[in-house]
Amino acid sequence: MVESFPHDFVLASEDRAPVDVARAALAPRFKVAPAGRPRTVRLTWLDTFDWRLHQAGLTLQHSAGSRAGDYTLTTDDGEQVTAAAKGLRWPALASALPPGPLHDRLQPVTEMRALMPTARASATVRQLRVLNADDKTVAWLTVTGMSLAGKDGTVLAPRLSVTAVRGYQVQADRIAQSLNAAAGVTPAVASPLDDVLAAAGRHPGDYSSKIDVKLTADMPARCALEEVLLWLLGTLEANVPGTIRDTDTEFLHDLRVAVRRTRSAVKLCGDVLAAGVPEAFSGEFKWLGDVTTPIRDLDVYLLGYDEMAAGLLAATPAELEPFHRYLVQRRQIEERELARALRSRRFLDLTRAWRKALAAPAPRRGITAGALAADRISRAHAKVLKRGAAITPDSPPESLHDLRKRCKELRYLLEFFASLYDPAIHQQAVRDLKGLQDCLGEYQDCQVQQHEIRMFAAQMMTQRDVPATALLAMGELASKIARRERRARREFASRFADFSASASQHRFRALTSDAGR
Amino acid sequence: MRILATYNIKGGVGKTSTAVNIGHLAARDGMRVLLWDLDPQGATSFLLRVRPRVKGGGKALIKGRRELDAAIKGTDFDRLDLLPADFTYRNMDLILDSTKKPTERLDRLLRPLADEYDLIVLDCPPGISLLSESVLHAADVLLVPLIPTTLSVRTLDQLSDFIAGFDGHKPTVVAFCSMIDRRKRLHREIAEQLPEERSDVVRTVIPALSLIERMSVERAPVTAFAPRSAAARQYAALWAEVAERGL
Repeated sequence: MVESFPHDFVLASEDRAPVDVARAALAPRFKVAPAGRPRTVRLTWLDTFDWRLHQAGLTLQHSAGSRAGDYTLTTDDGEQVTAAAKGLRWPALASALPPGPLHDRLQPVTEMRALMPTARASATVRQLRVLNADDKTVAWLTVTGMSLAGKDGTVLAPRLSVTAVRGYQVQADRIAQSLNAAAGVTPAVASPLDDVLAAAGRHPGDYSSKIDVKLTADMPARCALEEVLLWLLGTLEANVPGTIRDTDTEFLHDLRVAVRRTRSAVKLCGDVLAAGVPEAFSGEFKWLGDVTTPIRDLDVYLLGYDEMAAGLLAATPAELEPFHRYLVQRRQIEERELARALRSRRFLDLTRAWRKALAAPAPRRGITAGALAADRISRAHAKVLKRGAAITPDSPPESLHDLRKRCKELRYLLEFFASLYDPAIHQQAVRDLKGLQDCLGEYQDCQVQQHEIRMFAAQMMTQRDVPATALLAMGELASKIARRERRARREFASRFADFSASASQHRFRALTSDAGR
Repeated sequence: MRILATYNIKGGVGKTSTAVNIGHLAARDGMRVLLWDLDPQGATSFLLRVRPRVKGGGKALIKGRRELDAAIKGTDFDRLDLLPADFTYRNMDLILDSTKKPTERLDRLLRPLADEYDLIVLDCPPGISLLSESVLHAADVLLVPLIPTTLSVRTLDQLSDFIAGFDGHKPTVVAFCSMIDRRKRLHREIAEQLPEERSDVVRTVIPALSLIERMSVERAPVTAFAPRSAAARQYAALWAEVAERGL
């Protein structure tokens, strides 16, 4: 879909003042009069690292030096929510904003992700009134000249925006039509943010944790796998600064997912890489995965903490507070450890050597990407079916954990090779698998959390005087988690039955045959 | 949201100038203000350069929120909107009479605007009618300009007695001396005595000044085109007293 900005224009000519351009375009029906002095403002656009606002059709702009609200959130429909707030430092969570409509609109979209500057510019804003025959203002013209912040300072063509005064939309539309037909004025095809990002060599949505590589079925399998692995390395590296600075919890999450996907790719398809490569790196990636685990486990607790505390029946949230303090303190310690690991020579060597290994010239012959994908997906699928079918109500937890890992491997393979398949069949196959994964994930998380809560309780006891009420509250938490675990265990049989049903099997067969491409 | 009505049984006492200047001052203070020009003569609309015309006329407005929203016009001043006059308002009594509970109609129509406005100012036509009764029921504050004459004081008494007979909600009456001619002894005396004698009359007076008359030439509130003038200062003092009393 092409975005349109029917009331926004770009002024091409620099010879004529914008007010003269507007006067010539709108005479004789309308008069144009300057309103106030031009203002210079510093503009900063904010979004999460993964562009959640952009994806939700929202633009958040901060203007320093303006009379109006400091923060303006604009929806794709042009609706605006403003808030004045001084002294906020970004990146920060939306909860840093003062309570009010802006905070309430942003919080559910950004969730646990921090808002951070995506672009900065300096702007000179001049307002003009458009008057009718009664000399009544029926619309405002805003002329904005922008230049990129910083040393670069690239100057962008001035923009002209028409804003209707309430009740005068018909006149504003007519004004826009007249401007559209005027010489030296062209309709804007991008938002101011898009213009600034483009001038800075970026575009909205330029980071996503999803794998987005375009493979072809007949390309050499090694080239395809290397493309996937290079993409994952890019994701991993993109998340390092945010993880070290602890900007929000999801930098580490995405970094960990990139590491896990890398390890699975090497384990499941490493035989097509150059000889010796999998062996040389698998140990190092295991180290990287391991150093990120303790802090993520704590994050899982902290992210769900408010909900957990609110769900207590016998205990009160206040009684659980010592547990919260303990989690926060432990996290600070683990965060320092992780930052040290990510700044270490070992980590730098790993990423550098890995990039070099993936850039080595690949042989032109050998198995194709299509054949590799079909072979590995059907093997992984068969493994899930076989191991799942062997699980009975009496099977030990380890058998479910093992199945969970196999499901994850199958899911990763589907993600690596997604571009080879018909999106409709591929998405349905992923949906089939996701139902089973959600159940197994819940079961595993509950098991781990119960083990951890006992361990945390024991550690808290050794460290300081812990009120008995805190341990009782933790006991109640453990019992709630145990109930969830039992529910997940009971649901497993029906989830696996859905996954192994003939319709789902047919989809996987179609996917790995020519029909799925 | 509060509703303020400028009202007097008598005409030509300065209701419109008061409504326009008070509305402008409230908006300048940061309130989101809607001014409804209920007088079919459309003087308020003229002063704010808005054409006195509403699609579907008064009948459409009385129907519901959507029609009301569509008729609202932004003025040239931040946060000050206007619901313009329409010549069909001359039949407002008939229109209201055709609705259920006509005296409550205006109140029911305006209350839902609370999410959009902090203050609604109703500029009413003179006289006692179903419309004015509906306004008296809806208003939180009744701002009554008084020409300082004995007869005017008598009308204020009539109005107060009428309101005293209401069941339930009663607006706070805030009267003030308007169009004072300093050269007239009677004006001076009444303007000094009234606030002493009556608690519903405030001290601020609005003199008869040519600058206030000039509003019809400038087509703007005097508080906007001559903000430092004596007239603007008096309106600001009146606004402060009104805000203190009932807003």
